[in-house]
Amino acid sequence: MYAKKVMEYFKSPKHVGTIKNADGVGEVGNMKCGDILKLYIKVKDNVIKEIKFETFGCVAAIASSEALCRVAKGKTVDEAEKLSNEDVIKELGGDVPAVKVHCSFLAIDALKKAIKDYKK
Amino acid sequence: MKVYLDNGATTKADEKVVAEMKKVLVSEYGNPSSLHSFGERAKELLEKSRKTVADEFGAGSDEIIFTSGGTESNNLAIKGLLSKTEKKHVITTKIEHPSVYNTCKSLKGYKVSYVGVDSEGFVKLDELEKLITKDTALVSVIHGNNEVGVIQDIEKIGKICKKHKVFFHVDAVQSFTKVPIDVKNVTTLSISSHKIHGPKGVGALYIKRGVRVGSLVYGGHQERDVRPGTENLPGIVGFAKAVEMKQPVEQIKKLREKLTEEILKIPNTKLNGPKERLCNNVNISFMGIEGESLLMMLNMKGIAVSTGSACSSQSLEPSHVLMALGMKHEQAHGSIRFTLSKFTTEQDIEYTVKELKKIVEKLRRISPVKNVR
Repeated sequence: MYAKKVMEYFKSPKHVGTIKNADGVGEVGNMKCGDILKLYIKVKDNVIKEIKFETFGCVAAIASSEALCRVAKGKTVDEAEKLSNEDVIKELGGDVPAVKVHCSFLAIDALKKAIKDYKK
Repeated sequence: MKVYLDNGATTKADEKVVAEMKKVLVSEYGNPSSLHSFGERAKELLEKSRKTVADEFGAGSDEIIFTSGGTESNNLAIKGLLSKTEKKHVITTKIEHPSVYNTCKSLKGYKVSYVGVDSEGFVKLDELEKLITKDTALVSVIHGNNEVGVIQDIEKIGKICKKHKVFFHVDAVQSFTKVPIDVKNVTTLSISSHKIHGPKGVGALYIKRGVRVGSLVYGGHQERDVRPGTENLPGIVGFAKAVEMKQPVEQIKKLREKLTEEILKIPNTKLNGPKERLCNNVNISFMGIEGESLLMMLNMKGIAVSTGSACSSQSLEPSHVLMALGMKHEQAHGSIRFTLSKFTTEQDIEYTVKELKKIVEKLRRISPVKNVR
């Protein structure tokens, strides 16, 4: 069902965890839909220096979280704000089952929320 | 190591079953409807198989119709019974298998009522009786539930149906050969071969003597006109062989108990369904973890299970069975079903528990949902 890259990110994510004194935190999803994603960012000189996630969800939700961290890390806040779910899917090798595409939207939403929190 | 704990989905065919089937395929390949010796021999095998299946629950041979499996049997019973009555009301439960649930949903011009269950999955009998009206044609109930293993009291439900002169259909696909079945108050009953180490694509419907069931397809006169089409003789012979071999219920149950006990030692786990249940079934929720992720991590370790999580379904809805038990979403999302068989070993259980502990820890580290009880 899942492509190689999705399984790889699911199996060994490198960005799991929390950031103490994070500059921005974004939490999206709810128990009803079965996905909860919490994203932490550390910003220095307007660049996302550090990014971590905690996810309750399926394979696609965890893999999307990891993919998002990889694409957002090192980007300026302005660049990161322009990222879309297509960038997440591209990072996942472009192959996400149709019924799971909403998981990539969730990851982007979490990032937007974390940036909003940072700007506050 | 490979561990198959998804025997509720399907089972490995027994070698002895396969040997019988091969004999039929290459040596006894006649058509039971033919008049020559090949046909005669095939007919003999067909009727011998029918008797084996019928004897399993004390039915008459003339009360067994072979079908392509549980789904067809359930469709045939529900639609076939309704085609012979003017009544337009059907009662079923909230925890049916899709082959009953969706058949009921597809009925046009009928009212369908769904009787609820308690937190362990037992059908509320008083509610069921209250739902029966003068227009009720049929009550359809799953005997052994495929997800949570709860076993319904078909004797009691049958008595209620008899009292109100209502047809009673039972889906016994999961319970057949594992739980004694008494068809005294049952009108029709579905069984399937591939859940009991027989081949896929064959099942049967018990139809009480004197009850008429309209057919779903048209063709020759096979299976008393109820189910036309050349009989799947290799499948039927294999099915009968599987029935004949019986289930080592106590052996399976012992391993299931061990698995349950060990898993429930993991913190924040909950048993879904009753303690006394189908001998090969256990369903447990791992709080704070999503079922599909757990399933896929177990899969990487060669362990096969299933889940009632929303993410594993095309509909993105959690299992309707778990929700009917009054479960919160987080409990349903974190549910895993383990189903054993006569081929499950002690080592299988030990390996599964060992890997499971590590995986649950790993996924809980990833999860933002901590300390959910």
